[in-house]
Amino acid sequence: MAGEGKSKKGTPGYVETRYYNMPAGEEFVLESGVRLKELRIAYETYGELNSRRTNAVLICHALSGDAHAAGLHKGDKKPGWWDDMIGPGKAFDTEQYFVICANVIGGCKGSSGPNSINPATERPYGLSFPIVTISDMVDAQKKLVEFLGIKKLLSVCGGSMGGMQALQWAVSYPESIHSCIPIATSYKHSAQQIAFDEVGRQAIMADPAWNGGDYYEKDHPSRGLAVARMVGHITYMSQQSMEQKFGRMMKKKELGYEFTTEFEVEGYLRYRGDNFVKRFDANSYLYLTKAMDYFDLLGDQKLAQLFKGVKARFLVIAFSSDWLYPPFQSKEVVKACKMNGIDVTYCEISSDYGHDAFLLEFEEETKLVKHFLSRTLKKVEK
Amino acid sequence: MAASKRKEDLRFDHKVIGEMVKPGTTVLDMGCGDGDLLEYLVLSKDVRGSGVEISEEAIYKCVEKGLSVAHGDIDSGLKEYPDNLFDYVIFNQTMQQVHKPKEAILEALRIGKEVIIGFPNFCVLKARFQIFFAGHVPVTPSLPYTWYDTPNLHFLSIKDFEVFCREQGITVEKSVFLSEKGIVRFMPNLFALNAIFQISRK
Repeated sequence: MAGEGKSKKGTPGYVETRYYNMPAGEEFVLESGVRLKELRIAYETYGELNSRRTNAVLICHALSGDAHAAGLHKGDKKPGWWDDMIGPGKAFDTEQYFVICANVIGGCKGSSGPNSINPATERPYGLSFPIVTISDMVDAQKKLVEFLGIKKLLSVCGGSMGGMQALQWAVSYPESIHSCIPIATSYKHSAQQIAFDEVGRQAIMADPAWNGGDYYEKDHPSRGLAVARMVGHITYMSQQSMEQKFGRMMKKKELGYEFTTEFEVEGYLRYRGDNFVKRFDANSYLYLTKAMDYFDLLGDQKLAQLFKGVKARFLVIAFSSDWLYPPFQSKEVVKACKMNGIDVTYCEISSDYGHDAFLLEFEEETKLVKHFLSRTLKKVEK
Repeated sequence: MAASKRKEDLRFDHKVIGEMVKPGTTVLDMGCGDGDLLEYLVLSKDVRGSGVEISEEAIYKCVEKGLSVAHGDIDSGLKEYPDNLFDYVIFNQTMQQVHKPKEAILEALRIGKEVIIGFPNFCVLKARFQIFFAGHVPVTPSLPYTWYDTPNLHFLSIKDFEVFCREQGITVEKSVFLSEKGIVRFMPNLFALNAIFQISRK
């Protein structure tokens, strides 16, 4: 392959999750004012950091994601959640860029969250873990990025909740990023978005097994979490994609006149829900949806103020059939960029996949991200 | 499509516009298409350029060229920019497709210090002949569409545009008129297929 000049598109190969632990004696102060004495961040990296440390890209995951964005864990058959976008020759070309992905604080995949052990009680935190915000997630990522020896990231990119983190980076650390790629996201959660999250939370909390968040040594609230995930999945798909995938298809030809899983769409949602509970913590679902609902970068400011002092160049991407984070919300981000004379590129990718498109339409995303990143690197290296 | 038919012509457009734009300035190209003009200005004039474009496919081509471009239509794309953000706002062969040209031009003059507008002349001799003798709506090299498939919403002549500028108190800094063979100096409203105006509020 080396002799061919250009490498083929591939996977980063076998990867491992690593852990950053905040040094003893330091404190991590949350937006709420609560101080954490321990902070652990699970992360993975792909590619090599160059000698000038100018090629680092941070990928921020969405609600159900984790640090394992690409490549394979030994023994697994399924690659990381954005393997289509990260690897040699891909949008985030690991032969050019040093790609980092970290599990968010409040998550359940290795970073500090409600299922980690509280050093004071030596039992899982549960609801005694403090409420976290998108800004806290970003502050924790900043600690990790500094630990990795990077002063300024070439780019921060993410979809959905990951997009919120990317936007938060631009505002919280304008000196620390060269570019920002928010995908299928919004600068604030709308009433509709909060409403769907609340249905998910209520489903979890209505499950008797939830037990006020104290269930780690007992049965987990799997039914509640599965229902929350089912509601989520409905919002991630579009009317068109559901119609195409399921229509009114049934498992059996005849109606059963009973309350079993008869329609294919019911079976699909159940399957998604049941699978989710195997890999996700119900309390984490509460914490992360709450963090999204609290997210409002604008606050009382006018839109023109949103990106005052922001220096990053932007690539904003939305999807035509995404009704959970509709294109108009991305257009508002673009508008705020324009108002501040920020270098911005915006594309509404036409897709039938709804909000899920950000994980599925990787060919179109690649066309945009690849050239945007290489242009950004050229500017930085100038 | 029509663009490839008129490629030579368009390239000449680009050169003429290139001569109007000072090096190292900021440019907004409204309806930038595949970004050929913007790329030409970035490479030859070292401008800081950005575009607005409605076609998704064209956006990919612009991004591939390293250009910054916002997906959207011209009518709504202008309002969001602050006053005097750009040295030049360009409408090359796109003004006739805008829903509200007057508003677009006035908005462009707000956000840009100078505005460059290139449009096909509807009253070129060939077109007048077609209306007068053949009795049909003209199809010319600069207006190559039939009535049922034209993207053009507005039809204007060089004279119409000059009258508009006078009425609106807009200064014409420079105007260049083009035929298939080159620059037209004699009776442009009769002989030019395309016109390029550089206007300002000065």
